[in-house]
Amino acid sequence: MTDSQPAIRLTGLTKEFGAVTAVDHVDLEIAAGEFFSMLGPSGSGKTTVLRLIAGFEQPTGGTIELFGEDVTKRAPFDRDVNTVFQDYALFPHMSVLDNVAYGLRVRGIGKKERTERARRALASVRLEQMGDRKPSQLSGGQRQRVALARATVVEPKVLLLDEPLGALDLKLREQMQVELKQIQRDLGITFIFVTHDQEEALTLSDRVAVFNDGRIEQLGTPAELYERPGSRFVAGFVGTSNLFDDERSRALLGRSGEHSVRPEKLVVTAEPETGDGVRSAPGTVVEVIYLGSGIRTVIDLDAGARVTVLAQNDRRGLAAGDRGDRVHVSWHDADVVSLAPAASSSEADAAASVA
Amino acid sequence: MRLSRPARVTLGVITAIILVVVYVPLFVVLVNSFSTSTSLTWPPPGFTFEWWVKAFQSAGALEAVLTSVQVAIISTIIALVLGTLISFALQRFAFFGREAISLLVILPIALPGIITGIALNNFFRTIMGVPLSIWTVVIAHATFCIVTVFNNVIARLRRQGTNLEEASADLGAGVWTTFRLVTFPQLRSALLAGGLLAFALSFDEIIVTTFTAGSGVTTLPIFILNNMFRPNQAPIVSVIAVVLVLVSIIPIYIAQKLSGPADQKR
Repeated sequence: MTDSQPAIRLTGLTKEFGAVTAVDHVDLEIAAGEFFSMLGPSGSGKTTVLRLIAGFEQPTGGTIELFGEDVTKRAPFDRDVNTVFQDYALFPHMSVLDNVAYGLRVRGIGKKERTERARRALASVRLEQMGDRKPSQLSGGQRQRVALARATVVEPKVLLLDEPLGALDLKLREQMQVELKQIQRDLGITFIFVTHDQEEALTLSDRVAVFNDGRIEQLGTPAELYERPGSRFVAGFVGTSNLFDDERSRALLGRSGEHSVRPEKLVVTAEPETGDGVRSAPGTVVEVIYLGSGIRTVIDLDAGARVTVLAQNDRRGLAAGDRGDRVHVSWHDADVVSLAPAASSSEADAAASVA
Repeated sequence: MRLSRPARVTLGVITAIILVVVYVPLFVVLVNSFSTSTSLTWPPPGFTFEWWVKAFQSAGALEAVLTSVQVAIISTIIALVLGTLISFALQRFAFFGREAISLLVILPIALPGIITGIALNNFFRTIMGVPLSIWTVVIAHATFCIVTVFNNVIARLRRQGTNLEEASADLGAGVWTTFRLVTFPQLRSALLAGGLLAFALSFDEIIVTTFTAGSGVTTLPIFILNNMFRPNQAPIVSVIAVVLVLVSIIPIYIAQKLSGPADQKR
């Protein structure tokens, strides 16, 4: 195994289910030891890519390489990757310890050794007391950790995680995010993490691929994706964005083409702000939403665009307006992101409105 | 759901009447097996164990029980193997004609026994040229025993999905190891439930049996029919009937228990 080889290399990977193309010529390289996320709405093809890498599905076209070795045609049990399933898929008729030891058992490792290794794996997820229980006697978070121990005990080169935190409540999810990150660092193996939660992807990952319609819409570090979304879809799906179409961009920003500005880059003031590269526009406050850590203000600009402004509830305090107030919204030219035209703008709108 | 008092009383009475109609005759049979009358007269003139002793000494009755058990066990085993295989084929694989085959598998249990009986009788004797024997009965019973196994197993497979099998393969287990360690343990209670039902179906089947049994092959139901109207045999038949009821109830009860809790666990 050479470190120069990527852990995973997908070349022209395509999967069709009948007339539907779930994955459309995806090319991707994931480095060894990377925490890589595949982010996208449901039906964007991210889970299918994961299942193709695991070997549960056979691609219609393209190849999958694992550390330089072509594994496209190999069965799941013949690949050095393991999966943490969305519903955990623990074997209900086995104890927790037997679940964790399963991968070692089918590899023909003796009872003594596999029990010991399974115990160690359980200890690493802080469940050493739970070995004799059945999965049905555990809470969701505990089952999640058993699934993780079961998949990592066989020391795979790549660990695939299919929305593993989706079924947990918010507090537990945040706690598990930290744990996942630590486990990944400790094991030093490649994690490929599928999620539809953009915040989760940004928090955990070294790099993120944003999927849309079976293709990778944009690939980059969390900061790159957030600061410089390459398309309307990404701008809408990763975080919230104020989108300006061509006409409004000309009127407000003085440029042609589509543009986006993040809500936290906008400032609301009573008087128009001036300065180098600073622009402002008058408008009327439509809605004021108190968030605790901040305040979100929705403003209808006179130029015809509705924008959302996010202000921090910091030391300077909040200058929250009231509905109907006349205000000025200002921004710096450097924070305006130019968007390449994207194929599916309607979906981006939908994503933006729920984010 | 809340019901008004008159509705509850009415439903209660109807339920009681139905239960009486179903179970009082069975009770009468039980009483008759201890009656001193040989012609099943009512009310019984006296109490005796004579028929029970005689029944357990009757060579014909014991042989009939043995034949029935043999037939039921062998056709159940055939049904378990074939029923499981066909369930996997229909649930796990997509192929041309899948729906049609699914219907064809279930059909034997819906067909009138007399049709199955005549058809198989014809088939064995004229087309195949096979003399009727205990094995023709076994094959005939297996055709409808498969259905109970199939129904139980396919329902389990459908509910379970392929997740556990994928997890097993993902962890490095080959197809057979996965079946042995994961799929089969998950199916065990479904197989037991289906198998017990199949056994019970076969054990008291008479119509198809009549048409497919070779001369000299006497299953218990056939023995009962033959002896029912013979003088002095009626009380012995009552004894066998009671035993048969018990033997049929137990597997059905266990089968229900097995499929019940497993359903709730999910």
